[in-house]
Amino acid sequence: MSNALDPHAAIVTEAGGLDQGGTLRTADGRPLKAALARSSRRARRRAFFLVLPLLLFVLLTFVLPIGQMLQRSVKNDGFSANMPQLSAWFAEHPRGTEPDEAAWAALAADLTAAAEARTVGVIGTRVNYDMPGTRSLFTSAGRKARRGIEPPYRAAMLEMDEKWGDPKLWSVMREASSAYTTNFYLAAVDRTRDDAGNIVQAPEQQRIYLTLFQRTFWLSLVITFTTFLLGFPIAHLLATLPMRKSNLLMILVLLPFWTSLLVRTTAWMVLLQQQGVVNDVLVWLGVIGNNQRLQMIFNQTGTIIAMTHILLPFMILPLYSVMRTINPSYVRAARSLGATSWTAFRRIYFPQTLPGLGAGALLVFILAVGYYITPALVGGSSGQLISNLIAMHMTQTLNWSMAAALASLLLAGVLILYWVYDRLVGIDNLKLG
Amino acid sequence: MALPTYASPLEKVWHYAYLALCAAIFFFLIAPIVVVIPLSFNAEPYFTFTDKMLSFDPEGYSMRWYRSLLTFGMANPDAPGGLSWWADAWQNAKWVNAAKSSIIIGFFSTILATVLGTLAALGLSRPEMPFRRIIMAVLISPMIVPIIITATGMFFFYSNPCEPLTWIGLNPECGRLAGTYLGVILAHATLGIPFVIITVTATLIGFDQSLNRAAASLGANPRTTFFRITMPLILPGVISGALFAFVTSFDEVVAVLFIAGPDQQTIPRQMWNGIREQISPAILAVATLLVIFSIALLTTVELLRRRSERLRGLTPS
Repeated sequence: MSNALDPHAAIVTEAGGLDQGGTLRTADGRPLKAALARSSRRARRRAFFLVLPLLLFVLLTFVLPIGQMLQRSVKNDGFSANMPQLSAWFAEHPRGTEPDEAAWAALAADLTAAAEARTVGVIGTRVNYDMPGTRSLFTSAGRKARRGIEPPYRAAMLEMDEKWGDPKLWSVMREASSAYTTNFYLAAVDRTRDDAGNIVQAPEQQRIYLTLFQRTFWLSLVITFTTFLLGFPIAHLLATLPMRKSNLLMILVLLPFWTSLLVRTTAWMVLLQQQGVVNDVLVWLGVIGNNQRLQMIFNQTGTIIAMTHILLPFMILPLYSVMRTINPSYVRAARSLGATSWTAFRRIYFPQTLPGLGAGALLVFILAVGYYITPALVGGSSGQLISNLIAMHMTQTLNWSMAAALASLLLAGVLILYWVYDRLVGIDNLKLG
Repeated sequence: MALPTYASPLEKVWHYAYLALCAAIFFFLIAPIVVVIPLSFNAEPYFTFTDKMLSFDPEGYSMRWYRSLLTFGMANPDAPGGLSWWADAWQNAKWVNAAKSSIIIGFFSTILATVLGTLAALGLSRPEMPFRRIIMAVLISPMIVPIIITATGMFFFYSNPCEPLTWIGLNPECGRLAGTYLGVILAHATLGIPFVIITVTATLIGFDQSLNRAAASLGANPRTTFFRITMPLILPGVISGALFAFVTSFDEVVAVLFIAGPDQQTIPRQMWNGIREQISPAILAVATLLVIFSIALLTTVELLRRRSERLRGLTPS
């Protein structure tokens, strides 16, 4: 029956022939095997050509930009492109060489040229990333260099500012003198290079990134767990109710899912403020006094509450679709064999929900790790996640390489989780509503 | 979900406690969205219910925040009404302009995402499709990769779209895509594509390929087959995918913050600025309008889903 409309089958029956060698042939005399291979090749090509425009589009507007970001995380030619002579000197002389008069001359010449081209700021900014507080050293040297620097250069530069003699500064300039560097990744895991070029821990007050990665991970775990606690009963109720009722209640889950993220975040800001609705209700109920209103926003509590609310549908929907398929007679059988309802739940029902639970938990965790808007608005300083730091480097400190390095580390984490999700759940099974 | 007749008293208590818990969670899901609606009619610039509102005094309520949406940024908001007043609002009111930008960007990015996404979903659902899994993973990834990473990459790319060509030794000059409508539309189309793929592929799972073969055997060419047979059957999925793509674009802030210029001031971007700077209850009026908008969308998608299931014969109706 399945072959009745199959063109290949039609061809064969038409030709109806075996030739002398015993191979099946089509009507025009070609071996059937080759004809089939050709036709399936054509079908594959046709399917692929349907996908091709979108694939190219996504490669161009998504994959390529991310590649560019990865490149930016290891490349920063702010120093090397604008200080060619000094960069050449660093390339010729190995680490540990004391800067000789040639080096000082190169420094002075580059600074003069950069002052003419007005790129001293770029150079200063680049060095400032690795050694905070040095930007002004470069800009002021640039101003003076425009009036000319007389030899001997070493003395002239040191006369401008004692800091030019700092061996740490020379070591940092050496690091910056190559366009490609792993320093931004080192900084992203709170490491730095000392004067001799060894990798060491960053000074205490500059260690912020590992703490932030840890906090992002920890808060995402907490949010995943709370969505599980709240989502499980709801999914169970929806799955066991008759279709008509559960469809009605499903709307209560889907409405938040369809509502703008900013609306939901704003709503939580309105609710959780110290003069907001939740505090008002608590005061009215007499749970807390009027002068002991709770601080529920601009801290981790705010982030956890708002993000739990926002990500809850992503837990409920996969759990629901798995729970729908669980046969209730298994639980009844367990009860009839003497299990208490708790035992029946724990040993019979719950294990069957695990695929949905895994899918929901992974999805919520992946989404939570990269969240930006909600923590930025309700998180205060203690509820910020790694995304907020990336945005800060992009828009405020303008340390784009640092932002790219942090983003790449986050990306690596998310892609690993995505791969796990694909292996365990399969992205084909992702459903929306 | 009825309680079995053999349930013990303890189990009955458990059962009702469980129902109460579910009610509380539903309340948690819905309350924040519902609460902004009455608050947006607050006559006072507060974010909580005033005594007058609680006693249902009409003086406690007003439309002032809705009016301020129409007049914010106008040259002469207090002018007597009339055509010139409306023309001024249409030209200069910031929220009105934001709505216009959002709709332009949403419309074109949705068209782009839907056309490309539907074609790709058709290809992906064919059994002969090579490298299916990996291509699917790539196409869905804009939804999975954190938006901040996507926006960072797009910032570099759209500021200088020709830079990647220098990797292969070319060095052409390109204009900026950042700060243009085209740039934001491309970015939003990219973000909307996964939703189109997911919904259209889901519709195609139950699609009977022999219908296409039947059409072909009756003499229809591939184009006729597509428009007369395939398209009407998958249309509900395509439309709900398009709605998803539109909502994604309509709700997107981060990419807009990173790559848009002053001309592409969308509603979410305006809201974001409003929330960060001086938060005024006008935000709640916008939020209320958006909630109504999302209720309309949800209803449409739900109706489409039912229609699609009926067409595919999944539920007898």
